[in-house]
Amino acid sequence: MTSSALALSVSDARAWRRQALIVRYAPIVTIVLALIAIWYVAAVLMNLSLVRDGFEREETPYTISDLLEGTMSAERPLLPAPHQVISAFSDSVFGYAPTAPRSLVYHSAVTLSATLLGFVFGALLGIGLALMIVHSRVLEKSLLPWIICSQMVPILALAPIFVVVLGAMGLQGLLPKSIISAYLCFFPITIGMVKGFTSPDPMQLDLMRTWSASPRQVLAKLRWPSAVPYLFASLKVAISISLIGAIVAELPTGGEAGIGARLLAGSYYGQTVQIWSALLAAAILASGLIALVDVTERMVGMRMGARS
Amino acid sequence: MALQMPKSLKPVSPGVTLRAGERESFVAANDPARMSNEADATAKSVSTPQRLAVDIRDVSLTFETADGKVDALSNVSLEIADGEFVSFIGPSGCGKTTMLRVIADLQQPTSGTLLVNGMSAEQARLGRRYGYVFQAPALFPWRTIEKNLKLPLEIMGFSPSEQQQRAARYLALVNLTGFERKFPWQLSGGMQQRVSIARALSFDPALLLMDEPFGALDEIVRDHLNEQLLQLWDKTGKTVLFVTHSIPEAVFLSTRIVVMSPRPGRIIDIIDCNFPRKRTLEIRETPEFLKIAQRVRTGLRAGHSYDE
Repeated sequence: MTSSALALSVSDARAWRRQALIVRYAPIVTIVLALIAIWYVAAVLMNLSLVRDGFEREETPYTISDLLEGTMSAERPLLPAPHQVISAFSDSVFGYAPTAPRSLVYHSAVTLSATLLGFVFGALLGIGLALMIVHSRVLEKSLLPWIICSQMVPILALAPIFVVVLGAMGLQGLLPKSIISAYLCFFPITIGMVKGFTSPDPMQLDLMRTWSASPRQVLAKLRWPSAVPYLFASLKVAISISLIGAIVAELPTGGEAGIGARLLAGSYYGQTVQIWSALLAAAILASGLIALVDVTERMVGMRMGARS
Repeated sequence: MALQMPKSLKPVSPGVTLRAGERESFVAANDPARMSNEADATAKSVSTPQRLAVDIRDVSLTFETADGKVDALSNVSLEIADGEFVSFIGPSGCGKTTMLRVIADLQQPTSGTLLVNGMSAEQARLGRRYGYVFQAPALFPWRTIEKNLKLPLEIMGFSPSEQQQRAARYLALVNLTGFERKFPWQLSGGMQQRVSIARALSFDPALLLMDEPFGALDEIVRDHLNEQLLQLWDKTGKTVLFVTHSIPEAVFLSTRIVVMSPRPGRIIDIIDCNFPRKRTLEIRETPEFLKIAQRVRTGLRAGHSYDE
């Protein structure tokens, strides 16, 4: 009796879980399909005049289906159709050796290394600044306005200056790019960690005081663990910003390699398909990086007793 | 034996050194057989106290708030002997929590002198002479129950094996053996508060300061914990200072009840309460109990009417 009841409840649970899966993914799939449909319609509308002009210039007769076909397969469309982007993307990912200068894998790897290095620099800088701000009222007052100002200047204006100055100092390639990326991504980490380090309950702080814990012990055993949820929230923002920073930093370097270089080259030569496939690569890279932070967060959360 | 001394026995700050007798009692507390002997000895000495656990003379504390000055404590004097169980009772704002915080050196008095274990409150705190139990358990949510218990021991530099032994011993003392690997959120409120009591006891302070530890618990759990606390006090011979709102709780637990009144916070009555050390909840029905409870109530009412 009990075992059959149990078996029933297990199969119920499975059915429920399957249903939950559908319920969970149905909205996502629907939205993606809707976006692709809108994209196709937009591609037709935007490329129509371009294709029609082409036919008329060559004085060849055309039908509506010829026109539609043209909008889907133009060499330099205003807006490439999704399948064009995907085929160009897969060509440049799988069509060349990963080290070839035409391979998107190669360019993504260049950008990724600058992103990761910049992210590490930015995280260290962000946490360091937060520590200083939390521990000294004077530093809070003297540092915080500059930190906020630093984020008000558009990075597009600053990036060339960084590249030129660092280039004059003999630094080229990876380092200037990661410094620009760090410059962008330290900010959310500083703000998040200041909040995190000051998040412990007054009662917990009082407890540490009754045990006459040293400031270092209070930091290591109370402030730091309390700040972990804030750390991951800000890391997720920071890692996508550091990717943007790395891409932006590749623009003024004249475009030797990297996703930014591909974007720049694509816009020089009107290679819209190339631009879109580079954008797709950047999007995939960003989702991968955020997923990585997410998985780390879950693992840390499990060790720190987070509720499921 | 002396070689196995935990690091915490080293002087914590200049001026705070352990005398030979205190070393001896520390060693005794590590040995269960000798611990009970010591408890008996303390029990005998209650009637003829040689040393004051807390000596408060003419202590006043004034808070400066936006609305003006608030007299949290006004010329309070009180002597508490070693091994006593003293309850502080009074309406909100009468300064009973402030009194405990002043003894714990979490707040400094505006005037007056205060000795804890024959030294200043700050020295007593730096020497880790008291354990403090707050209104809420204030457990660290990222630490397991066992690790929560070990936290003060880690801070005080006990050896890992000593930490392990003590965690096991004090978890057993509050009947929570088997919950070592659980996280705080997996325990009920009453269990969490028991963990916080075990944590306060884990480094074996002679003085226990408890600020409405059972205030947030329901009546049945509260009764149960009251009995456990009484047994614990009887077993360990510690001095307990206990803040409460509940008249039966105060009368049931205490050797003395201090009735306080607000604005300005002051002592209006001190009631001796000499029930046998081993008592059960049934004594709450006896005429003696009701008489004392009546006197406490009268005192509280007088404090209120003064206010209105």
